[in-house]
Order: sequence, then C-alpha cells, then structure tokens
Amino acid sequence: MKIHEYQGKQLLAAAGVTVPRGIVARTPDEAAAAFSELGGEIAVMKSQIHAGGRGKGRFKEQPDQPGVILVRSADEARENAERMIGNTLVTIQTGEAGKTVNVLFVEQGLNIARELYLGIVVDRESGGPVVIASSEGGMSIEEVAAESPEKIFRESLDISTGLQPSQVRNLADKLGLDGQAAQSATTFLPKLCQFFVDNDCSMTEINPLVVTDEGELTPLDAKVSFDDNALFRHENFAELRDLSEEDESEVRAADAGLSYVNLDGNIGCLVNGAGLAMSTMDLIKLHGGEPANFLDVGGGADVQAVTEAFRIILADPNVKAVLVNIFGGIMKCDTIVEALLGAYEKVGFSVPLVVRLEGTNVEVARAMLAESDRDITTATDLTDAAEKVVATLGA
Amino acid sequence: MSILVDKDTRVICQGITGRAGLFHSQKCREYARDECGREQPVFLGGVTPGKGGTDVDGFPVLNTVAEAVETIGANTSMVFVPPRFCADAIIEAADAGIKLIVAITEGVPVLDMVRAKAHVDRTGSRLVGPNCPGVITPGVAKIGIMPGYIHTNGTVGLISRSGTLTYEAAWQMGRVGLGQSTCVGIGGDPIIGTNFIDLIELFQNDPDTEAILMIGEIGGNAEEQAAEYIEQNVTKPVAAFIAGRTAPPGKRMGHAGAIISGGKGTAAEKVAALESAGIEVAQSPADMGEAMQRAIARQD
Repeated sequence: MKIHEYQGKQLLAAAGVTVPRGIVARTPDEAAAAFSELGGEIAVMKSQIHAGGRGKGRFKEQPDQPGVILVRSADEARENAERMIGNTLVTIQTGEAGKTVNVLFVEQGLNIARELYLGIVVDRESGGPVVIASSEGGMSIEEVAAESPEKIFRESLDISTGLQPSQVRNLADKLGLDGQAAQSATTFLPKLCQFFVDNDCSMTEINPLVVTDEGELTPLDAKVSFDDNALFRHENFAELRDLSEEDESEVRAADAGLSYVNLDGNIGCLVNGAGLAMSTMDLIKLHGGEPANFLDVGGGADVQAVTEAFRIILADPNVKAVLVNIFGGIMKCDTIVEALLGAYEKVGFSVPLVVRLEGTNVEVARAMLAESDRDITTATDLTDAAEKVVATLGA
Repeated sequence: MSILVDKDTRVICQGITGRAGLFHSQKCREYARDECGREQPVFLGGVTPGKGGTDVDGFPVLNTVAEAVETIGANTSMVFVPPRFCADAIIEAADAGIKLIVAITEGVPVLDMVRAKAHVDRTGSRLVGPNCPGVITPGVAKIGIMPGYIHTNGTVGLISRSGTLTYEAAWQMGRVGLGQSTCVGIGGDPIIGTNFIDLIELFQNDPDTEAILMIGEIGGNAEEQAAEYIEQNVTKPVAAFIAGRTAPPGKRMGHAGAIISGGKGTAAEKVAALESAGIEVAQSPADMGEAMQRAIARQD
C-alpha cells in the first residue's frame, strides 16, 4: 500500500523524525493561506500523487506548469495552485494518462548544503532490510547504481537490534558527513530504521535527504509504502489509503481477494496462480493476441469470488474474448465451472469463451461443462487454448 | 533416493483443524496410501494449539509440535496456519527439532518471515516456502497441495517459484515420458527459506536425479544467481523457463516477488543469463516438458 508524501512525513514526525514544516492545501486559497502561515520568504508547493518524477512532470491542461514549484508570495502560491489542483500531472512514472492532483503540500524552504539519498527496502539476498545510502541525492537510485555504483553504500539492518552506532558511523563516513551533520545522523538514521520496522514498511525512501546549512539531516521528500500482508497490525493505515490513486477494477478485485492488473489488450484472462497467470499472458502474446488483464483467482477463492472475477473481466469494454486457464491444486476445477456456469445467469456472456482445465477434481468439472448447453470451447493444453482464443477474434 | 523427502519422512500438519489444512492432509494421506503403497503411515496427524487430545478424521490432534515429535515421531511439518500465526508456527517447528518445515500459507508479513528465517537458519532445520505448493517425491510422499495424479516417478528434479506453473511443468513432462525425482515449490515471496541454489546443489548431489528443470519468474535476481551457480557447479542437464515476459514494469503480478522495478528483474535479463550459462530455456510456457527433453538429449 502506497501513501502520499505528506502522509509519510506526518508519520515520520510522529515517530520523532524532524521534518520540514508543511501544510496541506486542497484549494488555491488554502495554498495562499499556507504560504502566509509558514511565514518564510520562500515555500515549495508539491503535487501529491503516488508517483515520482513530479518536479520534471508537467500538467496536461497546463503544459508549462511543473508538478513541484518554488513560490515567493501568497499570490504566487494561489496562482500556481489554480494551475495545479484538479489538473492531470504526467510524469515519467505515471504513464501517458497521468494522475489528477487533488492535494498540494506547501512546505517551508530550506537552506540546502547537500543532497543525499537514503532508502530502506527488504533485501532478498541478505534475508532482511537493508539501508541504502548515496552521496548522489535527487537522482533515481537505479540510475546511480548503473552509472556510479561506487557511490552507493549499504548496511544490513537487524530488525531485532536496530541500526548500530558503528553502522551509522560507517555510513556517515562514506557519505562524507562531519561535525553537526555526522551528529545529526546518529539520531536520524536509527529513528528512520525503527520507523521502517514499527510500521511494517516495504519501502521508506528519502530522496533527497538534505543536509541543511545548519548541519541537520532533513527529509525533503518521503516515499513510504507498507507491506499489504501486515496491514492487519496497523488498523489506522486504512484512513491513509487514497482510492482515487488506484484502478477501480483493481480495488474491486482486491476486495474480493483476487489479484488483478488491468492491461491494454482484448483477451480477458482468468487463471489460478500468479506464475501460470503471467505465463498465460505470455502465451497469448506469443500467438498474436493481447491480454486485457492479469487475474489470479488464488487458491482459496470460493464460487462467489470467482463469479466476481468474471464480472470484473466482463465489465472491461475492451474484452472481446475470455480465456479460462485453471490447473487445480488447492483450487478445485469444479468450483471454477460452477462459477462459470453461474456467470451466464448472473452476469451474461456476450463474448466467446475458451476453457482449459486440469488438476484437482478435473473429471467432475469436465462433466459439468459437457452437461451444460452453453457454447463453450474447451482446450486440451496451453497451446491449444491460446490458439483457440486468438482465433475467436478472427483475423 | 531423492531430496528432502524419503521413506523415513513422517509428517504432521500444523493447522490441521482448519478447512484447507484438513482437506490437504487427507489428500496427502490418500496419496501415501494409494500411490506409494506405504505400509507405515506417512501422514501422522496434526497440531492445533488448544485442541490437543481430539481427533479429526482419524488424525490425532496435539497441542504442540514438541509433543508431536516426542509422542508420534514427526520429523516433517506442513504448515497451514493463518498468515498472522505462520512465523510463530515455523519457529515452533524448528525449536521442536522438525527437520523439514513446508510452509504453504500465503500472505505472511515480510518482516515476520525475516525473523522466522533467521531463527530457522540458527537451528539447522530446513524451511521450504512460505506461499508455496510444497514438496513431492512421486511414489514416496506428497507434502503439499499439488495434485498427486500429474506426477510420475522418474529422474528429473523440478524447482519452481510458482505453484500452478509447477503442476503445468510436471504435467507436460508426464506427457513426454519424463518422471520426477522430487518437485519443490520454493514460493513466490521476497523472503523464503530454501532457494534455487540450495536445491540445485541437492539435486546435483542426488544419485537419483539425472536432470533439473528450474522455473523462475520476473523480479529479483535469484535466477541470475542460479545461472552462475549452475555454470560453475552443475554437470547434469538443466532446462529453465521464466514467466512474465510480457508483464509491464512497475506492476506487481500477484506474487510479492514478481515485479519489475527500475528496469531490473526482467524476463529478458534472466533468459540471457540462463542461456549464457548453457541452460536450455523454454521459449513458451507450453514448451517446458520438451525443453527438458532437449536439454537431456543435448547432453547424451
């Protein structure tokens, strides 16, 4: 689960991490008032969307307006806010469709001496979180890793003991921090690590992490995301969720316990298992078709959840044919067929359907299909299924 | 011989009183009885805290794993408990001296697994999973949720990050006459117990395994590391498949592990690494069984 920068900073502040003063604005008037209240000569107004590259991004409706801008007066804040709020910001990460900006975060200007990078993620290799730091702040860390890997420094985080003082000294030394900045690191880094663990984060990325003229480490940006599997431990996070940032069908699927990703093609896919679902997409493409979605019904889905899966697929106007590919293990083939036949009654099928079944209870399921008088094409294996579903679209 | 599972395997299910736990314990028991012709029971019973002393469908239920080890001689556990209790169940099994812990549970918090994995590594137990289909040695024992009938006894070692794709691979191999020595689903999560390289090493050293099929997917760099390991250490023929060639970057495809981020972990990179290590790569998911055949033929 992703949250906005301002929400991340509020959580960081609550965890005792010093963040710049900032105020949320939802209207141009609020933006102007925020500037006055901050009381400085300069403020930064930042579009709040769940995507990076905001500074270089531009609005569809206002091609000259950047997604992040420095302002020097309340009037300037209002004028810029008018060009930002309600408009669509397109950045390198949003794709062409862009994202609507509903909220601006107005933040005090800082006297920046240096910009660094700091990220905490779970590292598969070491089997735990790792702190990644770089002297190259403000750039994408992937870019730094590709171009100058010697500028990236790592320390493993033991989640039961926290980041050790020696690890902080190592990082501070490599980042070239001294005096007050090195001192600031001794509180900032362990607190950030504790924040990561306490909140079950999947990522905490501070880019840039600035060193102010006064030698304080301060997060200028904050990208925080949480482990979806651990949300049950953090009931308060529910209110941080911004549904307007998420695809409607994907939210609906998630509510039904399904894993769904909307794509651009016209062949709807219903598969069990993530690996098989990805492979089914690959196979459709190999045979000249385009998948309309990734959909993994999972192992524990019941008839109701599978029916919802059919509803979601058929609600996509781009879908011109549907491929069902099930290899039952924990999922039983007859559950799928029961939902499938039910979907004809409850949802209505107007597009061709190709079904390939194998695995747990497959004989029962095949008999159910054979007994029904629905116009369903059956397939014996993956290639057969892909060829048949692509053929239904005609050439 | 085979890996992980042999004739001395004695299994219990943690979470046997749950719906899925019981259903699959029954299926595993049936498999041992009907497909393996085993005289001694392979599947002994289960553990559910607070329900010790009861019985479900002929399976004795115990309160703790330690009790199951002492009283009924369990050395292997299939973990079916809900996600929030899974790490605790794994740690309990390791502390009780269970040698092989197979965690089927999907949706375990990542930091829970960080703790559980570190603990298991200290005890010397082996963990497979979580979020995996389990382990099967055809004709010997099935510990997991895979359908038994698709597997035949043979000499190919199968390793996979995906559940249903493992079934697909075993089924395709069956259609071209290739049986399996042992099949292991390692799970699709970022933090897992046993990884590709651990199993490749076991298969390389297993006299009953003559070839290896490895099924990976986008995300992470486990496949690249495995390719390097195979090039340096493996003499047996190896074939591979990578799922997710057409997955768009930045989108998580079901498995927490399956995401292409920052241009890393793409199928193209993985296929290139595997091919440069001399591994036969299936170009389509329908080609896994035949790719294994080609790899074997190439070696002969």
